[in-house]
Amino acid sequence: MADTIVKPPTEDGISRAEMLDLFRLMLRIRRLEESVYRKFHEAKIGGYLHRYDGQEALVAGVIPQLQLPHDKILCTYRDHAHAIACGTTAGEMMAELMGRATGCARGKGGSMHLTDPDKGFLGGDGIVGGPIPVSVGVGYALKYTGSKNICVCYFGDGAMNQGGVHESLNMVGLYKLPVLYILENNRYAMGTALDRSTGQTDFVLKAKAHGIAGEVVDGMNVLTMREAANRAIEHIRTTGEAYFLDVECYRFVGHGVGDDNTGGQKFYRTEEEVDEWRQRDPILQLVRDLKQRGYISDEQIEAIEAEIKIEVDEAIAFAEASPEPPLDSLYENVFSE
Amino acid sequence: MAKMRYLQALRLAMTEEMERDPNVFILGEEVGQYQGTYRVTEGLLDKFGGNRVVDTPISEIGIAGMATGAAMVGLRPIAEFMTWSFAMSAMDQLVNHAAKITYMSGGRIKCPVVFRGPAGVGTQLSAQHSHSLEAWFAHTPGFKVAMPATPEDAKGLLKTAIRDNNPVIFMEHAGLYGSSGEVSEDPDFTVPFGVAAVRREGTDISLIGYSRGVQQSLKAADILAKDGISAEVIDLRTLVPLDMDTVLASIRKTHRAVVMQEEWRNAGFAAEIAARIYEQAFDELDAPIQRVAGADVPMPYAKNLERAAIPTENDIVLAARRALS
Repeated sequence: MADTIVKPPTEDGISRAEMLDLFRLMLRIRRLEESVYRKFHEAKIGGYLHRYDGQEALVAGVIPQLQLPHDKILCTYRDHAHAIACGTTAGEMMAELMGRATGCARGKGGSMHLTDPDKGFLGGDGIVGGPIPVSVGVGYALKYTGSKNICVCYFGDGAMNQGGVHESLNMVGLYKLPVLYILENNRYAMGTALDRSTGQTDFVLKAKAHGIAGEVVDGMNVLTMREAANRAIEHIRTTGEAYFLDVECYRFVGHGVGDDNTGGQKFYRTEEEVDEWRQRDPILQLVRDLKQRGYISDEQIEAIEAEIKIEVDEAIAFAEASPEPPLDSLYENVFSE
Repeated sequence: MAKMRYLQALRLAMTEEMERDPNVFILGEEVGQYQGTYRVTEGLLDKFGGNRVVDTPISEIGIAGMATGAAMVGLRPIAEFMTWSFAMSAMDQLVNHAAKITYMSGGRIKCPVVFRGPAGVGTQLSAQHSHSLEAWFAHTPGFKVAMPATPEDAKGLLKTAIRDNNPVIFMEHAGLYGSSGEVSEDPDFTVPFGVAAVRREGTDISLIGYSRGVQQSLKAADILAKDGISAEVIDLRTLVPLDMDTVLASIRKTHRAVVMQEEWRNAGFAAEIAARIYEQAFDELDAPIQRVAGADVPMPYAKNLERAAIPTENDIVLAARRALS
């Protein structure tokens, strides 16, 4: 779409073009996520399926600020957004969800294990707390080779109750490794609320207990998120030491595809609560901001929506037209050459 | 060639590979300043510095994850478990991460990491410190599993493990650390994976084992020879990949076999060997395959009970006689 008025960067240092990029990225993630349940119910996608609706700012505010592929990303099984933000195409993502040979993990990983190492994306991890021990080694390797690059490791609030997480944070604090921890604190570990799973909900305090500085961030506002991420990244690149962001956020949909409004969700949270958080939808907040600054019109939004609809449709068409992995690939990749 | 102990051969392998490749580094509990719980890494901190010989907290999950993550982005870590008994704390990082990342990524991520340390039984360490867990790891696709029986193999197999682009479970035997033998000092010397060694040729029965079981089988062969029984001793060297060709060639010659393992008998690796022989050479057998293995009990402390729980060369001799009777 054509840029009508190009304003200089605003006081918080973000330009109109950058804001539109954030909007486009978050909306792409949202629309792609909305499409995957449909494909699941058509039996085109199997397994578990975890959507990122509501948490888009946590990737949009961080990943575009990195130097990919030299910086490295690790995340949880709720990983579609991270792959897209790293530059995995919608088609490669959708093909992976559908178990096709053209998927970013060649159909061997599926929704929980999207992987795109050429873009710095080391993949989604199906084990709660699983990526944090791995981040110790990624961070160690980046430091060992003398680079100024960092590892960004996403994980959920449920992971904070896994033993290995504390072993690993202790080692990262001890060795002073360049890792940015992003706690996707959406308040529920599957269906278990924060205050039902830990006696200490101050997660920054827990990071500090391991020698890692950190702060709480409003993850429902992408500009706030971006500003905090920029500071954290700068801190890590300058000092070489880790930083911990406890990011307040909320997932608008259930934990996974089985957790809709007729599933467990109705037992652990109320519709009113979900509606309240939806008022803070990061995409709506950004649209309001863009409009207040005169950066976007309804027509421009519609045009972007139309572009994204084409991208989603084409991704689905690409995946559906792609072959399944050949059967003789079953035993391939157990080992590397 | 030089005469050296098994643990010195391990140290030599690591020293040579660290000199050859700056991406190789060691991490583990007490590997640096303390010089290694069993002295395997003695002197390496002074030689290579703290970035390459990393003392860790007592955090096996962290150690396994750190090694895995570093391997995923191009380093070649050697992670020492103080004993394999402690690796159980790290099973998720080992099995769900190190062993699977290559497959889960469709081959796009390599994980060249060695997990090494002592296993084995026999010094009254009782129930929690007396494990050999090779069957668990051999069971898991994605791991290679090496278990050297001699000082020369300790060096040659470890060098191959470090150069391999996959996670390697390298199980040493604490009871072999002090054993001596001739070892090549050639830095290009390696022992390939998946090639079993015939340690002694024979015609009447095949004694198949790995790690310390090979040494016990050789002693058993000496005893059997006094009765005119010619036993062939096969050292598997690596359980994954497994050299069945050498095993089957031996079976075709002797038509009888004893398979020896130190770990628990139930669902152990000897059963896998026996099953493969039955599948692939049933008609060659003149007698049921005999298994010699550890007793299916948590290792007792009392010396007499421990001795009763551990397989010996006499157990191999008795098993051979059963097969030959």
